[in-house]
Amino acid sequence: MWLYEKKLEYPVRVCGPNPRLAKNIITQYGGPDGELAASLRYLTQRYTMPIPQAKGVLTDIGTEELAHMEIVAALVYNLLKDASIEEIKAAGLDGYYADHDKALYFVNAEGVPWTASYIQSKGDPVTDLHEDMAAEEKARSTYEWLINLSDDPDATDVLKFLREREVVHFQRFGETLMLVQEWKEGRKYF
Amino acid sequence: MSDDRKELLRRLMVAEFAAIDLNLYLDTHPRDERALEAYAKANHEVMMARHEYEEKYGPLVNFGHSHSIGKDARTWRWLNEPWPWEVTS
Repeated sequence: MWLYEKKLEYPVRVCGPNPRLAKNIITQYGGPDGELAASLRYLTQRYTMPIPQAKGVLTDIGTEELAHMEIVAALVYNLLKDASIEEIKAAGLDGYYADHDKALYFVNAEGVPWTASYIQSKGDPVTDLHEDMAAEEKARSTYEWLINLSDDPDATDVLKFLREREVVHFQRFGETLMLVQEWKEGRKYF
Repeated sequence: MSDDRKELLRRLMVAEFAAIDLNLYLDTHPRDERALEAYAKANHEVMMARHEYEEKYGPLVNFGHSHSIGKDARTWRWLNEPWPWEVTS
């Protein structure tokens, strides 16, 4: 069961319409290292985790990623909301507009739709936790490139918050991996 | 959105962020006494801030976890605007 809390995890503000930046940030909505992929990866891997700490971490981080997906959506929505057709064309977002108007859709920065092949679920907890650590680093890098591209200080502030969370999640997954490895050794020798 | 409402929302965001971060930490350090104590504090602050916000500005959680019906018993307050992505100031 999930509940919806009618607030964002972190406040979202933008300086004004900016379809060019929206086109880039949307990759963290539906791109390979984006928040949808992160959330679904963790929430689907949790079923075959062997210890309570791993089940808890995957459930809780998977849930926090849904909140990050909402933050990214709020950024894109507000960057597009008051953009004119001329601005959308100039930003190269006219192809997206043809298919979706200003609606949110799961694509990367080049318009490629989301696919389940962005994520993996192997059943081996060591394998899955390594994937999760790599995923957090890839998302952190993506936020850094987005921060480099951003010309909106308010949007940059939100991107920095999201970047920080990837660092924390990486840390928690690393600790979880060690706990799983200890559990495996214990099972083997005792 | 009024200044008072913004400030209450900010207070809730701060408290809940502490709870989120401590929750993840406790998932891998379930016996850390300092973290348990800090989580208990954050938990209390989230409850207080959420209660105060909801009393004044309406329900925050769906599916039976907030008082979503108005005092006149005739209004469905869950639909009150704005929605989170519309709050930008």
